[in-house]
Amino acid sequence: MIEFDRVTVTYPDSDRAVLADVDLTIAEGELALVVGRTGVGKSTLLGAVNGLVPHFTGGTLAGRVVVAGRDTRTHKPRELADVVGVVGQDPLSGFVTDTVEEELAYAMEQLAVPADVMRKRVEETLDLLGIAELRDRPLHQLSGGQQQRVAIGSVMTAHPAVLVLDEPTSALDPTAAEEVLAAVTRLVHDLGVTVLLAEHRLERVVQYADRLIEVREDGSVMVGEPAAMLAACTVAPPVVELGRLAGWDPLPLSVRDARRRAGPLRERITARPVPARRPPTVGGTRRPTLSARGVTVRYGAVTAVRGVDMDLHAGEVLALMGRNGSGKSSLLWALQGSGPRQRGRVDVGGDDPGSLPPAQARALVGLVPQEPADLLYLDTVAQELDQADHESATAGRGSARGLLDRLAPGIADPCHPRDLSEGQRLSLVLAVQLAAAPTVVLLDEPTRGLDYAAKRSLIGIVDRLAAEGRTVVIATHDVEFVAAAADRVVVMGAGDVIADGPTADVVVASPAFAPQVAKILAPLDYLTVDQVRAALGGSAP
Amino acid sequence: MTVTSRSHRWSLAAHRRLPRTLHPVAWWVWALGLATAASRTTNPVLLLLIVAVLGVVVAARRGEAPWARAFRYYLGLALAVVVIRVAFRSLFGGAVDVTTVHVLVTLPRIPLPRWAAGIQLGGAVTLEGTVGALYDGLRLGVLLCCLGAANSLANPKRALRVLPGALYELGVAVVVSLSVAPQLVESVQRVRRARRLRGDTAVGRHALRSIAIPVLEDALERSLRLAAAMDSRGYGRTGTASPRDRRVTGVLMIGGMAGLCAGAYGLVDAGAPGVLGLPALLAGAALCCVGLVLGGRRVRRSQYRPDPWALAEWVVAVSAVVPAAVLVAAVGHGVAALNPSTDPLVWPTLPAIPTVAILFAAVAGVAAPPPIRSASTAPRREDGRSPAPADAVSSPAGPPVEVPA
Repeated sequence: MIEFDRVTVTYPDSDRAVLADVDLTIAEGELALVVGRTGVGKSTLLGAVNGLVPHFTGGTLAGRVVVAGRDTRTHKPRELADVVGVVGQDPLSGFVTDTVEEELAYAMEQLAVPADVMRKRVEETLDLLGIAELRDRPLHQLSGGQQQRVAIGSVMTAHPAVLVLDEPTSALDPTAAEEVLAAVTRLVHDLGVTVLLAEHRLERVVQYADRLIEVREDGSVMVGEPAAMLAACTVAPPVVELGRLAGWDPLPLSVRDARRRAGPLRERITARPVPARRPPTVGGTRRPTLSARGVTVRYGAVTAVRGVDMDLHAGEVLALMGRNGSGKSSLLWALQGSGPRQRGRVDVGGDDPGSLPPAQARALVGLVPQEPADLLYLDTVAQELDQADHESATAGRGSARGLLDRLAPGIADPCHPRDLSEGQRLSLVLAVQLAAAPTVVLLDEPTRGLDYAAKRSLIGIVDRLAAEGRTVVIATHDVEFVAAAADRVVVMGAGDVIADGPTADVVVASPAFAPQVAKILAPLDYLTVDQVRAALGGSAP
Repeated sequence: MTVTSRSHRWSLAAHRRLPRTLHPVAWWVWALGLATAASRTTNPVLLLLIVAVLGVVVAARRGEAPWARAFRYYLGLALAVVVIRVAFRSLFGGAVDVTTVHVLVTLPRIPLPRWAAGIQLGGAVTLEGTVGALYDGLRLGVLLCCLGAANSLANPKRALRVLPGALYELGVAVVVSLSVAPQLVESVQRVRRARRLRGDTAVGRHALRSIAIPVLEDALERSLRLAAAMDSRGYGRTGTASPRDRRVTGVLMIGGMAGLCAGAYGLVDAGAPGVLGLPALLAGAALCCVGLVLGGRRVRRSQYRPDPWALAEWVVAVSAVVPAAVLVAAVGHGVAALNPSTDPLVWPTLPAIPTVAILFAAVAGVAAPPPIRSASTAPRREDGRSPAPADAVSSPAGPPVEVPA
């Protein structure tokens, strides 16, 4: 169905090929998963399938890409619209019309599908993806998972043979991600659609994949069966890491497979004490660094945060979880003082950051927003760091540079901030915010777009901040990250705090939030692979 | 399908019960009809009556979409126009014979250089002049309100779908700008808030840079993503058009436009040769039509659920054509009450027939089918591209639109 014949892609201002000499054949009805580190050519590979690379992005493509018998050299993306459907990372930015029904019909209108056929296909697609009740709704009012399903539906109405999805679940909470993946697997199983899917959060999708396509740093591509590939892959979900650790062969890809194998492992470690998941918090005085009482945030008729009380302690890492729209970000902004807060008090060392000028508020509480790039506006990393020193009364010259080198070594001064990878940009903004030496650091969805290695280094950064006696709050959907990084978890729902406690108690109690290791080794109290490794000690495997 | 809909077609009651969107062209005809009526009178009572009719119909028949809330902004704009008109008239009153008019207040006169002869700054502000300016401003304001009513009643994107196929590209450009504009506002709000996080409260050039750069980068990325999405969904498939076809279409369109311009010039300028007048205009129009038809042939696309033109559309359109026709005719017959005198000042009166005609336009509020309303329990979206305080902005519609009783 999709054929790459010695494909090499080079972008103008880069000296190395993003894809180098790629030979690849994807058969009809296959679900192929594209994996690789952040910044390798995953998106380029996906874009090449319908000709967006190079017709739209620029660059040079050598070799041939043939989809359903059409060569992308002679066919532009628009002429492949009836065979390839493409859904991007942020569905909202790809919507052309206003309502769900019109959006579903848009591609068919362009293809001049007759009116009566269009009516039928729209109805079928509404049912197929379980979005029939949304038909008249404005697109911008939908939740993230609903938008993603509408985006998939809007390309499926053209009946393409190939569906290309670029990180369809990266911005979604676990439940919404399940909905989207269920819809995708249904398309594969019921309609025989060929799916090419890129995703960082392998734990969510690897079990559905027929084949794995790993894009390496040098642009080469490895293809194979998921279980065989993952034994040596640079990225692996916790279930696979556990399988590698325990020496299971073939490697389990789903929690179910792993649990059926885990009997002996459970017996081996059941008598041993559960190793500590996190380094012990420093100080131990449990003195609160931030205490909030009755924080309420409203936008018009909508109450985003409803009278939340919260105490944060020095050296503590707290994860803020909850579905999209539950008020996590609103709470973070209200605690920092820059966002609206209609009622309640926030006390950081005797001051309320909401009533201080912004420059003083950020010396108490630092916030890294969901779009770190919003804070960056200068041309080079060096200028941004200088500006950060200049903005922070407490810091001496060059202190932001020192912070950045500790967070992410090797970011050169003359780089443009837009050219950095997601992880590097996050580190830069974090360094900018830490230059003010805040006692409380808030991170809003920092794990989006980070691969496993980048997340591990983020955990290292968070640990160091906590060891310095700061408090770190992280809003995230990523349960595996929470299991490894957080001491305490607060779950929000519709603006209320619905659970607050140690990570082990809160995440294990909920099936949606439990990390894979906890599901595999239940009823034992293990959350991360590192704990299992420590328990096995030197005796493994 | 045609058969079943035809059986309901002539029954107004059936259409009233079923919510649907009215054909956008019907709303535009309605609003332009009222605008025509408004342009023929300076009678403040009639003008305010038109605003009342607009307000009632908009309140009854607007949908829930973001543009449906536009009417109030146009009202504000109209008010500003009236205020500015009156203020300017007071400031640049011009010389008056103060013995025959009522002077409200006398502003200090500012002498102007000789080259500005004929303009007077300051001086006496007269009741007559102020009322005259008020009437003028009011008429202009009502025209704006008519535009606003059309914008909040008709979906602009659906209205663009009635464009001929050859102008399809133009329509899509407008659609993209319509989608990107609200996102731009959202992105400005987001970046402004983010600046506070850096303790950056500077104003002026520095602030412009720190807001404009992230916002423009964001807008550019969004537009590129939208363009990529449209392209990969088949927008702009040229069908079977050959380069020759395209050249012929282009030549026809340009020739037609030139003909139209020449014809319009010939009609306006009495001294132009006769051939430049009506004949050139007609020839230009004909060339344009051929060009549009030829150009439309190469765009092959279909339309999903085209808006029908049924009885309700006829009633709405006619309900505003009536006042337009009546007022135009009344001006022709010299009905004095349409333009009440301001010098000498008289109380405006209410001419019976124009009043009834304007009130007749309110029929649209009943004749048009109710708009489709979604279930009120819409889950809101916080995630994604907008940080939380933006979950207010991420839905430009804001709180649910109040449903008029």
